[in-house]
Amino acid sequence: MQFESFADFIAMGGYGFYVWLSFGSGLFLIGALILHSRFQHSSIKRDIAKKLERSDRLKRAAEDNQQ
Amino acid sequence: MWKWLHPYANPETTYQLSHRLVPWFTGLSGVLLTIGLAWALLFTPPDYQQGDSFRIFYIHVPAATLSMGIYLAMAISAFCGMVWQLKLSDAAVAAIAPIGAVYTAIALITGAAWGKPMWGTWWVWDARLTSELVLLFLYLGVIALNNAFDDRQMGGKAAGILAMVGVINLPIIKYSVEWWNTLHQGATVSKLGKPAMSPEMFWPFVVCFLGFAFLAAAIGCLRFKSEILLRNSTRPWVKQLIVNKQEL
Repeated sequence: MQFESFADFIAMGGYGFYVWLSFGSGLFLIGALILHSRFQHSSIKRDIAKKLERSDRLKRAAEDNQQ
Repeated sequence: MWKWLHPYANPETTYQLSHRLVPWFTGLSGVLLTIGLAWALLFTPPDYQQGDSFRIFYIHVPAATLSMGIYLAMAISAFCGMVWQLKLSDAAVAAIAPIGAVYTAIALITGAAWGKPMWGTWWVWDARLTSELVLLFLYLGVIALNNAFDDRQMGGKAAGILAMVGVINLPIIKYSVEWWNTLHQGATVSKLGKPAMSPEMFWPFVVCFLGFAFLAAAIGCLRFKSEILLRNSTRPWVKQLIVNKQEL
């Protein structure tokens, strides 16, 4: 362990602002990318499900009309 | 020789493969990044000149190296898409571009945050920094072109051409520190020959690098799945998958 105390660790030998800016922005950007990817995936699946439902409804309506 | 690859031209097979790979890549990157970042932030010794600001190295260099590696992967996909007319290649290009853009942005931001205390400035318009900024714009261009057309295939083609043309930027970034005068230091970690680093700084870097690489692979597989679904939404296997509400 290179640091004596937690405050020491946060201070990073006087470079705390720059070090935590780097790791903080990196974490933030990657977190945003992961969230976006997951959200996009589920929303694409939802859209396809909706379209399927709609085409099913249309098919059923057409069959009902024929009878 | 390449016959084993042929089944993967089938979107369903490739979708299943990506699906199976995601948890492995996620797990590996989680473990490696936890170890690597803790090692880098807590246990590596501070640099004798740069002190603790050197710890930015452990996110800056992996992000910057991978921003170029990811671009190369994207350009190779674009090339395969152009030559062999593989639709999956276009999907891969579209999946990869946002990840590369994020890694490039991280490289630029962490570079600025490292430059301020070490060089006295957040930004200079020198070759290395400017060419890396151009890389970010190339990624953004590929993303924009992919979304600019209602017809995904048209957009994919346009994005693929930009991705391939942009490869010219990669050697410029790589050798910018040798070709031009710059504030940026030369390569610290070279693949060939011995790294100019002490082992107690080199190994945490390797762990961090692999962690970020597997993270990119995990996100890449997930986004690749999304792109495959988008392009095959009317196929029976996709319907099956949606109707069964499989966790896919």
